[in-house]
Amino acid sequence: MPTFQIIVCAGIVPEPLQTLEPVENAGKYALKNEAMLPMIIDPWGMHALYEAAHLSKTYPGSKIYLVVAAPKGKLQQVMMTIAQKVPFELIAIDTPAGGFTEAYEVAKALEQAIKSIPALDMSQTLLFGGWESASRCSGATMQMLGEMLGITEQFQGVDTLTVKEDGSFEIMERVEGGLHQKSTFDKLPAVLGWATGDLPEPPNNPQIGMMNMRGIMPSIMKAKKEDLPNEGIELKSCEVPKALRETKIVDNMTEEMIANEIFTWIKKD
Amino acid sequence: MERILCLLHTQSDGTLSQLALETLTVSSTTAAQLPDAVLLVGILGTATQQAATQIGSCGANQFFIAEDPALEKGSYHNDTNAAEAIAKAAQATIIFAPADSRFNRMISGMAIRLNGRADTHAVAVAADNGTLTISRWYYRQRIIAQQTRQQRPWVISIESDTAAPWKGDSKTVDATTVSFAVDANTKVIGTIAPENTVQTIKPDSPLLFVAGAGWCKKQSDGQTHLLEAESLILDFVNRSGASLGSSKSLVDQNSEGEAVLGCLTHMNQVGQTGSTPRHPKGLATCCHGEEPHTVGWRFITQRRAINTDANCGWARGKTDVLYVADAFKVMKILNDLLK
Ligand SMILES: Cc1cc2nc3c(=O)[nH]c(=O)nc-3n(C[C@H](O)[C@H](O)[C@H](O)COP(=O)(O)OP(=O)(O)OC[C@H]3O[C@@H](n4cnc5c(N)ncnc54)[C@H](O)[C@@H]3O)c2cc1C
Repeated sequence: MPTFQIIVCAGIVPEPLQTLEPVENAGKYALKNEAMLPMIIDPWGMHALYEAAHLSKTYPGSKIYLVVAAPKGKLQQVMMTIAQKVPFELIAIDTPAGGFTEAYEVAKALEQAIKSIPALDMSQTLLFGGWESASRCSGATMQMLGEMLGITEQFQGVDTLTVKEDGSFEIMERVEGGLHQKSTFDKLPAVLGWATGDLPEPPNNPQIGMMNMRGIMPSIMKAKKEDLPNEGIELKSCEVPKALRETKIVDNMTEEMIANEIFTWIKKD
Repeated sequence: MERILCLLHTQSDGTLSQLALETLTVSSTTAAQLPDAVLLVGILGTATQQAATQIGSCGANQFFIAEDPALEKGSYHNDTNAAEAIAKAAQATIIFAPADSRFNRMISGMAIRLNGRADTHAVAVAADNGTLTISRWYYRQRIIAQQTRQQRPWVISIESDTAAPWKGDSKTVDATTVSFAVDANTKVIGTIAPENTVQTIKPDSPLLFVAGAGWCKKQSDGQTHLLEAESLILDFVNRSGASLGSSKSLVDQNSEGEAVLGCLTHMNQVGQTGSTPRHPKGLATCCHGEEPHTVGWRFITQRRAINTDANCGWARGKTDVLYVADAFKVMKILNDLLK
């Protein structure tokens, strides 16, 4: 039976019900009150972590490394919510959070962290992440990181990974029109940028939590600081567009009248 | 002097997609606006010469093609090898590429090979006063920024509707063939429709129809009506030709083993962790209209919603019209009208 070294890269993002507003400081943008906003692990990165947990359970002896580039203080808070779900070894990098950081610089920081993993065997390595962050939304970091590590098997928008009996792999990636593209490949390493996948959120397990926490705190303490200067990129403007419409609330029409009105609206060019 | 490469791929029938032609408009407009810029076109895939002929009169100084049966469908390894070879042969400083699933998979990786940088999902491109600026969304369509970049090559992927599709006469061109290494580790088998969803997601439909979790909730009689809900939804989608979207709560029930509507999967989900489809009109039913859902409606122009709750999220400026009504009743009559 094969074993895998699964490296999951995930950032942290504001909890999606928060109101977000950009602020400028000396030509750089950040979110207003960014340090105060409640944060979560990037949702598609989280799915990648669940998929990793499922795979490592199916192939005992496999190991999960969770590599996170985020502000130290915030990271500790976020780890509390996921540490009970999945067993992993955390590798933390102390960086600014947020969408306005540069994918290339984040990928460089992740590359250094991954290269520091002792005895990493690339022929067993699956590099997981979300296919797009909920902050920068660029879908660039995982690809760049893959290239920096010399990984040329890459898949994005992955919903399913199947390990076949002959040791090869089958992948389902999202493509246009609600379809999946099915591919197979024989050899690792590979990069998988996950979409939602099929797995539910694992339940909390306090034993996993206790085991994880032993490694999490020291890892956060020794997290290397990386400034991510956003070299060469200039944001000329950054704003929340006016999104509000003048909503007409119709509460005095019968169902027939409503159906007729919607019918006419649908048919109109 | 910028060397602007419009990097495209053929479709399986050897033609170029609408988004490819929109990307060509962006590329040629930018080349015309930037001083001394040169327009180049690179096409990878199969039947690339035919595609080059299709856009032969676009004014490009040079055409580059990379052709191989392995490029019929997109895979990272071969697409990146081919695109890298084209970009290097063209000595491109700015590369525009369509933001479709095939190129979204690889253009940022290609940028690393070129020792360049990438900015994805541009929704506007301007070249005023000699400076190229792009607009793109951050935080899932909540914040929009205009930005520029010093590094070259600068790879930019273009979202649909950024420009009108290029139109012009076909013309045979003398394209330069670029060679690249073909790899056989990844084999693309083909595209597959997830069960039940093949006819429901229709990106080209004029109408998006969103079903929310209310369809599976207990109704005024204290009961759920799943079979009726599913048939009302599917009848509407079939009769109107609408594309079927969903809220997260409704599709999550699938993976959590609750009673569900079999016609929906995560592929239908609209919003923060779902899709951001583009349709001229959208109708939401039994969906509360919370922000993580409605961020997925950024590119839906005209919006209407049906909800029994006059204080739902849609009422707060998220839709043009909110009908306070029972969607079960309204949709039944509407389906009869559509018969
Ligand atoms: C990290 C994260 C990411 C998220 N991403 C997404 C996302 O991508 N997409 C998304 O949709 N959500 C997302 N959410 C969830 C979001 O916050 C909401 O919980 C979700 O959108 C609610 O779905 P709903 O409106 O269908 O369900 P509910 O909130 O349960 O609303 C059901 C609605 O149905 C109405 N209703 C019931 N019966 C009827 C009837 N007979 N006729 C008319 N109306 C009726 C009710 O009045 C109610 O408004 C995300 C949340 C988080 C934390």
